[in-house]
Amino acid sequence: MPIERRANEILWRRQSPVAQAARFAGWLALAALTVFTFEVMTRNTIWAFFLDAPRQAADLLGRMVPPRWSYIDQLWWPLWETLNIASIGTLLAIGMALPVAFLAARNTTPSVAFVRPLALFVIVSSRSINSLIWALLLVSIIGPGALAGIIAISLRSIGFIAKLMYEAIEEIDANQVEAITATGASGGQVLVYGIWPQILPAFAGVCVFRWDINIRESTVLGLVGAGGIGLNLQASLNVLAWPQVTLIFLVILASVIASEWISARVRHAFI
Amino acid sequence: MIAIAGQRWRRPPLIADVRLRWALIVGALVYLTLALASLEVNWNRIAEGLPRALRFIAAFFPPDFVSRWGDIYEGLLESLTMTVTSTVVGIAISVPIGIGAARNVAPWWIYVSCRGIIAISRSFQEVIIAILFVALFGFGPLAGFLTLSFATIGFLSKLLAEDIEDIDPGQAEAIRATGASWLQWINYGIQPQVMPRLIGLSLYRLDINFRESAVIGIVGAGGIGATLNTAIDRYEFDSAAAVLLIIIVIVMFAEYSSSWIRGKVQ
Repeated sequence: MPIERRANEILWRRQSPVAQAARFAGWLALAALTVFTFEVMTRNTIWAFFLDAPRQAADLLGRMVPPRWSYIDQLWWPLWETLNIASIGTLLAIGMALPVAFLAARNTTPSVAFVRPLALFVIVSSRSINSLIWALLLVSIIGPGALAGIIAISLRSIGFIAKLMYEAIEEIDANQVEAITATGASGGQVLVYGIWPQILPAFAGVCVFRWDINIRESTVLGLVGAGGIGLNLQASLNVLAWPQVTLIFLVILASVIASEWISARVRHAFI
Repeated sequence: MIAIAGQRWRRPPLIADVRLRWALIVGALVYLTLALASLEVNWNRIAEGLPRALRFIAAFFPPDFVSRWGDIYEGLLESLTMTVTSTVVGIAISVPIGIGAARNVAPWWIYVSCRGIIAISRSFQEVIIAILFVALFGFGPLAGFLTLSFATIGFLSKLLAEDIEDIDPGQAEAIRATGASWLQWINYGIQPQVMPRLIGLSLYRLDINFRESAVIGIVGAGGIGATLNTAIDRYEFDSAAAVLLIIIVIVMFAEYSSSWIRGKVQ
């Protein structure tokens, strides 16, 4: 906090003049970058389509309301499928993520130089590709259906679960592990009695959290053909059946709220 | 201790209540059986797809950046511009909403309406918002930009509001005691306390927005996702592999640089 002395007064300022100028230059550069990127982005935009948006919105709202409630009979099965995609996908991901997490954690990996970077690469590539993109690929490889959705969800979740778990493993108390080792326990016994109990609460929390996210994501996987309620969404959008789309949105909203509630309850119980 | 002498020690279970534990185990098994039974797997189609899977893996060695470079460049440019603009605009809108959604700063009617906006923005996935915005504003990156800005609001305002609610009230009160106006109070009493976290969250959101910009193209909102979708539809796996590698590299770069900057400011 610089203090500036003038002829007969002492003035407090938040920053020195140089820092203030630098800060201003930074903000100016950010603003310039934003305006520039906006210009580049909208080069091909047809503004007429943008400007009539209020009219379009009114029109769309008129088509979407009221929802076609009778369509709900056809949604129960896709909803069940969506739930299955999320749950089985999460389970598969847990099974694959745990070994990766142990290989990636600095204190449990067999080799910091070779195995750890490999495990970290698996984590990053799984995390950077969204489940919808995984689904897009898998549908073209193994065909449309819930199986592609399950694998897509699990491939995306590996990175998430493994990242949070290896961070939890690195934070464990080494004394407990040492105490178990001192009893003459084997490597597997150290894992089960020394490390596992310490990461169990974090593990349960992470799994339920990911399951909650997966419910959200599996609702849209059907857009690319990977099963679940998204298939109905895509079908309804294709025939411009907006009242059905509204109902599907409402069902998705309800399932998202329900899964969030369950996940919050479970995490609250563990932590 | 005497009562249990002679018994073997056992690890304490995760769920203490025996009945609840068994109910959960049995329930999970029943659910899994039902779920797996209802899963329809077309083995013929999978067998048919296996050569394609091998072709996809082979496409990574080497990926083909050249033959569709024009499309990839266009898509990448759209994604990157979309990411920057939507993050900046999203943050600019989130800050006032975040302040309004903090219980210790805003009066209750502003609090309720800001929390409402956050709830609406958070409950729908980016892809669903993108479908609506494409219908409203037409195809292209502008719809994507609006989608990502809207999604940013829910994420950033919520976390900012929680951070403002957790500040040290002593500092804010000290500023207030000097006779500061409301704006001065926010600027000198609250903003310095939440700024490091706000910068961290903004960088994190930049990262998320890029990842999402690769997805919303599938429903027509521009960006690299559209390029990827086309490449996969044409079974041009070597171009798809190139796009995927570009996405992974950019995300890795964004993640490392943002964690480096976050390490500096926090």
